[in-house]
Amino acid sequence: MSEDKRLPLDDWHRARGARMVPFAGYAMPIQYAGILAEHRQTRQSAGLFDVSHMGQLSFTGDDVPQALETMLPGDIAGLAEGRMRYSLLLNDAGGIVDDLMVTNRGEDFYLVVNGANKASDIAHIERRLPEPVAMRELADHALLALQGPKAVDALARHVPGVERLYFMQAGGFDFGGTRLWVSRSGYTGEDGFEISVPVGAAVTLAEAIAGEAEVEPAGLGARDSLRLEAGLPLHGHDIDEETTPVTADLGFALSKRRREAADFPGADRILAEREEGPVARRVGVEIEGRQPVREGAVVLDEEGSAVGRITSGGFSPTLERPIAMGYVPLAAAEPGNEITIEQRGKLFTGRVAKMPFVPHNYHRPPKS
Amino acid sequence: MARYFTEEHEWIDVDGEHATVGITDYAQEQLGDVVFVEVPEAGTILEKGGEAGVVESVKAASDVYSPVSGEVTEGNEALGDEPGLVNSSPEEAGWFFRIALSDNEELEGLMNATEYKAFVDSL
Repeated sequence: MSEDKRLPLDDWHRARGARMVPFAGYAMPIQYAGILAEHRQTRQSAGLFDVSHMGQLSFTGDDVPQALETMLPGDIAGLAEGRMRYSLLLNDAGGIVDDLMVTNRGEDFYLVVNGANKASDIAHIERRLPEPVAMRELADHALLALQGPKAVDALARHVPGVERLYFMQAGGFDFGGTRLWVSRSGYTGEDGFEISVPVGAAVTLAEAIAGEAEVEPAGLGARDSLRLEAGLPLHGHDIDEETTPVTADLGFALSKRRREAADFPGADRILAEREEGPVARRVGVEIEGRQPVREGAVVLDEEGSAVGRITSGGFSPTLERPIAMGYVPLAAAEPGNEITIEQRGKLFTGRVAKMPFVPHNYHRPPKS
Repeated sequence: MARYFTEEHEWIDVDGEHATVGITDYAQEQLGDVVFVEVPEAGTILEKGGEAGVVESVKAASDVYSPVSGEVTEGNEALGDEPGLVNSSPEEAGWFFRIALSDNEELEGLMNATEYKAFVDSL
């Protein structure tokens, strides 16, 4: 444990009874009161997560959107100030190096990447970044996520104005003289916010938010069960350099203009898969019975041969049944299709399910 | 009746040649919220140290080992519907199985409550 880096809120977590575990090189809170309680708290009210292990990267200079578009398949040039989108860092074969959020902050473009991939992402980007663009890691900023239907009520008391953001919008806000960068986004399927805060103000902010009656701290354990219910992939598990945006069912990250220009890494392969259909696809699976299947379980065909794999699995606290995510052959990927899964010598029956398993509850702008 | 403990964090209550087995409070605390338990059926022959069942928390699956050899006389069916008993009452209502011991001498290497507490404190 001694080699694990400490987060700015380390003492704060420990004082609240967090169980700390090593994750992505940091000591991270996996749970406080318990994963089920924190999961339900977030679905019903609000949970406060410390995600400061994630990489916050700032890009400035000339033609930043064009530079980012050499690495990402999204329409970054068309991203208005204060707007963000989900995107994918692709290798030249179209494999997914990481998934991330990119925001046009006006003065810079801001990327949030997975903590476990931070160092390799930075190296990947540095190799490709043209000279007139500078990348800086915002290591002097913590990142908090306040998630849940009552997140807006709790946060707006301390940071007025955030209630006016819609899903996937972001802006700068004042918190007692400290400038926060707040986005209406998250990784739970709920309404909520992600807040980039200078390290010096992180404890004060966490204290203020957690002091609200609607809020309890929540750890990595609940974050994982929440994102699984929301159908959101976890890089290094559900997506990796061997999967493409099409096999991973993340085709929405391929913007129309970029598809037409076919000018992103791996475009030939990715566009061919999109046209002809991939060999396999990421799907949701509902498992019969009560026993969860986990990452590494194998999907079998009628002859008992391995044809796919489970990449995430666990017990859904909301549905009170086991759910999973994994790759199956395209012919087996239709919702309702029954599949057989083997785990530790035992066979399970699963049914391909539409994701999200639990409906998203995002605060979207009214339809015009 | 005597209660013994294993380094795998099982407890075993022994009454003559019959015993009841479960996992300790420390074990359930480490596992977190238990969502599924598989216990052995009556008639199952278990070896000391062999797999006797599975306990799954939200996070992970763990094997449960039998602290002794013998024949299972009863699995705790209540855990099928209410696996959370392992968290709320690990050393009573959350028992896993009852077993008829085939060799009482196997108990000799197990820890008593004081020894187990010292073992847990050393972890």
